[in-house]
Amino acid sequence: MKAFESKKRHNEIKEQLIKFTLITAASVSILTTFGVLFSILFEAIEFFQMRSFWYFITGTEWSPGVADSKFGALPIFSGTFIITLIAMAVALPIGLGSAIFMSEYASPKLRSKLKPLLEILAGIPTVVYGFFAAITVAPFIVNFFTLLGVQASFNSALASGIVMGIMIIPVISSLSDDVISAVPDSQRKASLALGMTMSETIKNIVLPSALPGIISATLLGLSKALGETMIVVMAAGLRPNLSWNILEDMTTVTVRIVDALVGDHEFNSPDTLSAFALGLILFIVTLVLNIISVALIRKFKEKYKINTL
Amino acid sequence: MKNINNKTLSDNPFYDPSLSKRHSKARRFKIFTITCIVFALSFLVFFLGDMIVKGLPAFQQSYMQIDVSYNDKTIASTRKAIDKKYRRIVSRAWLRNIPNQVEESPELMNTTQSTWVLVNHQVDQYMKGHYFKIKSKELKIIEDMHAQGKLQLQFNRIFFTQGDSKIPENSGLKSAIIGSILTLLVTMVVAFPMGVMTAVYLEEFADDNRWTQFIEVNINNLAAIPSILFGLLGLAVFINLFGLPRSSPLVGGLTLALMTLPIIIVSSRAALRSVPDSIRQAGYGLGLTKVQVVQDHVLPLAFPGIMTGSIIGLAHAMGETAPLIIIGMIAFIPDSPGSIFEAATVMPAQIFTWAGMPERAYIERTAAGIMVLLSVLISLNALAIILRKKFEVKW
Repeated sequence: MKAFESKKRHNEIKEQLIKFTLITAASVSILTTFGVLFSILFEAIEFFQMRSFWYFITGTEWSPGVADSKFGALPIFSGTFIITLIAMAVALPIGLGSAIFMSEYASPKLRSKLKPLLEILAGIPTVVYGFFAAITVAPFIVNFFTLLGVQASFNSALASGIVMGIMIIPVISSLSDDVISAVPDSQRKASLALGMTMSETIKNIVLPSALPGIISATLLGLSKALGETMIVVMAAGLRPNLSWNILEDMTTVTVRIVDALVGDHEFNSPDTLSAFALGLILFIVTLVLNIISVALIRKFKEKYKINTL
Repeated sequence: MKNINNKTLSDNPFYDPSLSKRHSKARRFKIFTITCIVFALSFLVFFLGDMIVKGLPAFQQSYMQIDVSYNDKTIASTRKAIDKKYRRIVSRAWLRNIPNQVEESPELMNTTQSTWVLVNHQVDQYMKGHYFKIKSKELKIIEDMHAQGKLQLQFNRIFFTQGDSKIPENSGLKSAIIGSILTLLVTMVVAFPMGVMTAVYLEEFADDNRWTQFIEVNINNLAAIPSILFGLLGLAVFINLFGLPRSSPLVGGLTLALMTLPIIIVSSRAALRSVPDSIRQAGYGLGLTKVQVVQDHVLPLAFPGIMTGSIIGLAHAMGETAPLIIIGMIAFIPDSPGSIFEAATVMPAQIFTWAGMPERAYIERTAAGIMVLLSVLISLNALAIILRKKFEVKW
């Protein structure tokens, strides 16, 4: 009897130990998120102690590395914004159109073949897209616009934007397809029974029902475009350029982060720390986009009581 | 019924004049969606084709058969080992290697051998029909040699047996491949147990309280943080705070581990969830403790699913470049790293470095590197799919 009890006691301690280990492991993810936040935040604060926060947000001149260095990030934000806009202009219609085809028109068999094929696009490393943008797409754009008599830069925002858009297609198509497929069939049937054509049903009934999910997918794609690094590092420019001309070279937040941290700079100089200030802005924007996206998808799930998304 | 058919369409009370318009609109919409998916897929085909066309030439390299004399004089000044007229044709890297050749096989000493010699990248580009810059004097020699069959393309072993080099014809992927393996080893050693343990805790042990919800939201956000920010974390925490060696697979692996963690957690949770509750109930019925049930019954059943997710996570980490650039893993690494503490580079970073080189010869090497990387990634994903198909249990 005694031996049995001591074994039981031994087991209890072991169980507690295992449970404790598991909790510790689970807490690492929290540690990481806060690790990312604080490691960026502290360095960014250090930067803003040296340079004005206000000028960083609104200033139009970005000139690190010189004696009278200036850190006005507005042209960097505008470049990021424009390239992201181009990417979304490519990815949103194509991604959504593909999603509609897969969920509404394609047979289940065709859909199960098409979806993994599209997801190959998501599996291609971004450095490969970057090489493709720089070597194939950019020269093509330059040649094309030279034919039209317009001069385009080899680092044009258009080239990196288009390739980035192609990269984001599966992000949008995959989630949108899940969401559109999750819209109850009864809605479609009701609409078709009333004499609506297939496209009218999709446009007036299915898409509005799936809208929260589609917006969520779009926001996810947006945050991916904003944080994308390799494509823009390889195909977009380094020059902060406050302009609307998408054929000119532009730079993005991520390009400037890489540029500030590659090479032998002193770590505590404003040149290097500016990367963390830019990183902080990027972190906040993508986090907010993600939180909205998750909230929208949860709302959609609750509305149709789906657990599989 | 017949009556209605005989009447003209406009007499039909159900006739809608806009109907044909609406139908063609519906057709147009369908065609639009098909165009979308065809565009996306044709891009994929074009893209892969473009890489293969650009990359294939790099698997061959030009060699020339000439006399090479090995003696004390030529070892001291390797330029003299070959005829003067070939000096602008033969690769500097090959000449530089002559003392090593003699060291490896001493019987070569004081002989003159007719061997296949690596030529420089301009000649190689000429052989491949690309743009080249060669003086007319050398061009004539090359054309002669080519006509005699003494200058030809052979399989490019250097690409797989050499590290990076500033001499295009002598650069290879080996050190990057070894760097990738070391880095991913660190990644998986850290991320796999962490991820699985987190998933087990959340799925099997956690009560649905605030803390658990907080962890879940966090994992979700972690997956959405741009990868470059993990590089900032690696730089600020691992390198500056902990003082780990810059550019090393250790730091790179740890950084990638944090990025891979959410992928492994999410897929492991799905795998654990797919194990039916009856298994757990049966275990409890036999008097097993929770830990015993999870450890001996649930985890083994969920393992194929966990492996599948981990392999996909691994493939993801393998293609990641941005955070590794930030922590300095784009250094010039001619020799393979021997341990996880030495400076190293990884395959995507090597591709990035080559893509930025001015010489034309690097473009084909970049594309060839991409082909190697993509084949590894595709094999990994195929392995994951096979695992899933083979061990998938329908409950």
